[in-house]
Amino acid sequence: MNETVKQTDIQKAILEQQQSEHRKKMILNGVLLVLLLVAPLVMYPVFLMKILCFALFAVAFNLLLGYTGLLSFGHAAFLATGGYTTGYLLSNVPGLSTELGILAGTLMATVLGFGFALLSIRRQGIYFAMVTLALAQLVFFFFVQSSFTGGEDGMQGIPRGELFGLIDLNDNLNLYYFILVVFLACYLLVQRTVGSPFGQVLNAIKQNEPRAISLGYNVNRYKILAFVISAALAGLAGSMKSVVFQLASLNDAHWHTSGEVILMTLVGGAGTLLGPVVGATFVVNVEYQLAQGPLRDWVDPILGGIFVLTVIAFRSGIVGEIQKFMRKNLS
Amino acid sequence: MTMIKKLLTSAVASALMVSGAQAEISDNMVKMGYLADMSGTYRDLAGPNGLKAMEMAIKDFGGSVKGAKIEVVSADDRNSPDVASSTVRRWVENDKVDMIGGMVASSVTIAATKILEENNKLGIVSGSAASSITNEHCTPNHIHYVYDTYALSIGTPTAIVQEGGKTWFILTADYAFGHAMEADVTRVVEANGGEVVGSIRHPFPTPDFSSFILQAQASGADVIALANAGADTTNAINTASEFGVTQGGQTLAALVLFLSDVHALGTDVAQGIQLTTGWYWDMNDETRAWSDRFMEATGARPTMVHAGIYSSTMQYLKAVEATNSDDSQTVRKYMMEHPINDMFAKNGRIREDGRMVHDMYLAEVKTPEESSGEWDLYNIVRTIPADEAFRPLSESKCKLVSM
Amino acid sequence: MSMIFGVPVAVLSGQLLIGVINGAFYALLSLGLAVIFGLLKIINFAHGAMYMLGAMVTVIMFDALGVNYWVALFLAPVLVGVFGMLIEYFLLRRITGQDHIYSLLLTFGAALMIQGILTNIYGVSGLRYSIPDLFKGGVNLGFMFLPYYRAWVILVALIVCFGTWFMIEKTKLGAYLRAGTEDAQLMQGFGINVPLLISLTYGFGVMLAAFAGVLAAPIYSVTPVMGSHILIVVFAVVVIGGMGSIGGAIITGVLMGVIEGLTKTFYPPASSAVIFLVMVVVLMFRPAGLFGKEA
Repeated sequence: MNETVKQTDIQKAILEQQQSEHRKKMILNGVLLVLLLVAPLVMYPVFLMKILCFALFAVAFNLLLGYTGLLSFGHAAFLATGGYTTGYLLSNVPGLSTELGILAGTLMATVLGFGFALLSIRRQGIYFAMVTLALAQLVFFFFVQSSFTGGEDGMQGIPRGELFGLIDLNDNLNLYYFILVVFLACYLLVQRTVGSPFGQVLNAIKQNEPRAISLGYNVNRYKILAFVISAALAGLAGSMKSVVFQLASLNDAHWHTSGEVILMTLVGGAGTLLGPVVGATFVVNVEYQLAQGPLRDWVDPILGGIFVLTVIAFRSGIVGEIQKFMRKNLS
Repeated sequence: MTMIKKLLTSAVASALMVSGAQAEISDNMVKMGYLADMSGTYRDLAGPNGLKAMEMAIKDFGGSVKGAKIEVVSADDRNSPDVASSTVRRWVENDKVDMIGGMVASSVTIAATKILEENNKLGIVSGSAASSITNEHCTPNHIHYVYDTYALSIGTPTAIVQEGGKTWFILTADYAFGHAMEADVTRVVEANGGEVVGSIRHPFPTPDFSSFILQAQASGADVIALANAGADTTNAINTASEFGVTQGGQTLAALVLFLSDVHALGTDVAQGIQLTTGWYWDMNDETRAWSDRFMEATGARPTMVHAGIYSSTMQYLKAVEATNSDDSQTVRKYMMEHPINDMFAKNGRIREDGRMVHDMYLAEVKTPEESSGEWDLYNIVRTIPADEAFRPLSESKCKLVSM
Repeated sequence: MSMIFGVPVAVLSGQLLIGVINGAFYALLSLGLAVIFGLLKIINFAHGAMYMLGAMVTVIMFDALGVNYWVALFLAPVLVGVFGMLIEYFLLRRITGQDHIYSLLLTFGAALMIQGILTNIYGVSGLRYSIPDLFKGGVNLGFMFLPYYRAWVILVALIVCFGTWFMIEKTKLGAYLRAGTEDAQLMQGFGINVPLLISLTYGFGVMLAAFAGVLAAPIYSVTPVMGSHILIVVFAVVVIGGMGSIGGAIITGVLMGVIEGLTKTFYPPASSAVIFLVMVVVLMFRPAGLFGKEA
């Protein structure tokens, strides 16, 4: 009798703890959401939009690195493809409403992502990273050669246009909330994906690929799908960025951008949902604030230092380390 | 339509201002932004020393205009139009910056000037080379002060063809500015009775030029022209010297070559190369005096871009003082109406497309025997009059000119 | 004059020779990478920075102390090698046992730091350095003018490459090295100081990069960013050759120099992209590169 009482007590306690954790998470999410909603009233909207675009880029990248264990060194190609496609269409198709331009950019990046995936997915570890790098270099070469990109001048003066032909996106606030909605939708999508059976398989692949194969999973198909989703979201980030800044440039396609998204994801915490968002916010801010301050000649060495420090001391990234700390102190 | 409206309102506004009705300096402060590559490829052309030049001008001006304080903010654009764009937006929309100077990479300049136009602030571009900045990308809100690719690709080829260099081989950076210069050079060479016998478009950047130099040598052309910039140009010149291009009787013409590049190459390698420059520190007492002060502050001799930044800042402040306004159109109008006469330019004037036209100079790099020090690098061979140096307005595609 | 695809044979021979010379550079650089990866499983993204340091140190030693080329040829790689060992000791050692992707990220960060700091001190226009007097001038081969210095580069690069290959693959020292890095515990049991061995190996790989840097100093503009572009090209070479294959790195290096040279003749704009194209194609058919063993 006593025993059973105890057991139910324990179950209750566990349930309560789970509930309170869930509640805490909900509260945290709620607070973040409110912050995101009021942010443009306090901070500069264009800057916030830049952060959201890079955050989405990093979230997309993290789906591969953090949840599938694949390091792509070519994600700049998708960012740039999205940006150039959207930019080209909005500049050259009169009356095209903005969301269609963004959709087209995303679609193009998705197709490209499928191509990349087919060519690279069978390679392991460093070979995978290098094949994606090589493919991205070929894409870069294509953009340099094509006149529509404007070469090193960049594609400039892209019109922001109107959402659904109705809402004027030249207004920074309108654009901000539009991008926020898209970002949140994508974030939830990734959250659902990671938690779904599909996400479980990806995780299994990350943990131990041979075992996933022996369990009968067609590993390559899962990896291709993950890669394509990641490429699509990266393309979407690029498309939105070109609308925000009204420009797309070769910088987006350069391999340094592929390196930067690794830094963002790693600093924030690969394999955590919020990590890439925090990482992107951190890196964009560091870069931006430093470039204006007295240390403006030292941005590169400082970013390099952050890289080194993260790898050596905070391999789980900001969010990962906080989670570790919380777990330790809770138990 | 909006264009016309904008012009009209600004014209009305400036008419009012000049008449002295409402002239005033906003916030009782003149705030300038210095935007340039501080850490990348173009660092030595403008970079941190360009900021020093701007600060020197402010100090020489007295630190304030009509009681209004002069302030400077600065940022590294990291050669990224994104970074430039968010920086400029914050400067003009939040931080009350009135004028932005510096600006080197063409993508940065085009992005920045578009935002300046939206916000009706003023930009003075000193670092950029692309002539499109006052052509298809011109705005009523910026001035292109020092030089451009058109001017650079005219002076040198004209002189060399006239001296007998009839056949040309062009090594072109496979980038928009390279293509533009290749077209300009070809036109000038042909107009002067020469002929372009071949060209190569090389990737940007290219670390090793031996293969291209070899092809240029094999072409047998009188002149090998380098339509590239920065490390590509210095690498190509180094390689040309190593492969004995000049000993083989061919002339080397570098279209975009700055003092900082020649200094890096040294007279040993660079001797005899002809180039066009907008300014040189050792031209006269005035330029020498200023350069000495600059050298004291920075440890290096100024490039033409540094001198241009100093001069344009000075001209800007004078215009603000004279009009008692920091409104971009008022100031720009004043600057257009008043010729520039200082250590940088004699009788320079700003056209409606924003191009500052002034005499350019054909220079030849000294031999090691002629050179008396590490910065004693050029002989000025001839002056290219302002009217010939820059793209005539009749050929302009600038929206401000066609109106 | 006879022609091949519209290009005179004479010109083509010149381009091939130039290709081999550049290939010798690639071989030297990729060799160091292959040694470091093959023996230590470290993906050294600081290799370009080490190459740059070799060149910078050469020029700086000359300017400050008058150290000449011949001394620099030995001294600069040693100094940079020691610097590399410090990086290994203080940084890379802390991530042993982790996924080797982390070594890529760590060295990438270190390279950014080194480049950024030097840029702030020395600028980006480049430092002057001239060809040693012994190698001034050149010889006319009939189809091209060959500067003596390039002939020297190809000679010395190939000697060093072959020497390294021989040492690692064919000597007892090399055997220890391979064994020590593969089974550290066993070798430790034999009384061999494995951590030191690892430091020395990394230092040696870095020395090869710095040596290439010294060779490059007289002919390329010496700037803090000179290594950042060549880095990914050299990486492509190593991957094509098969990561970790020492002989593969050397052969592929020369091969890629030639392929790039031919592209520079027939379709110059693509010469920076061609290596990546080759890489994609090679990896499609040989997943571990031309000379690599499948894991």
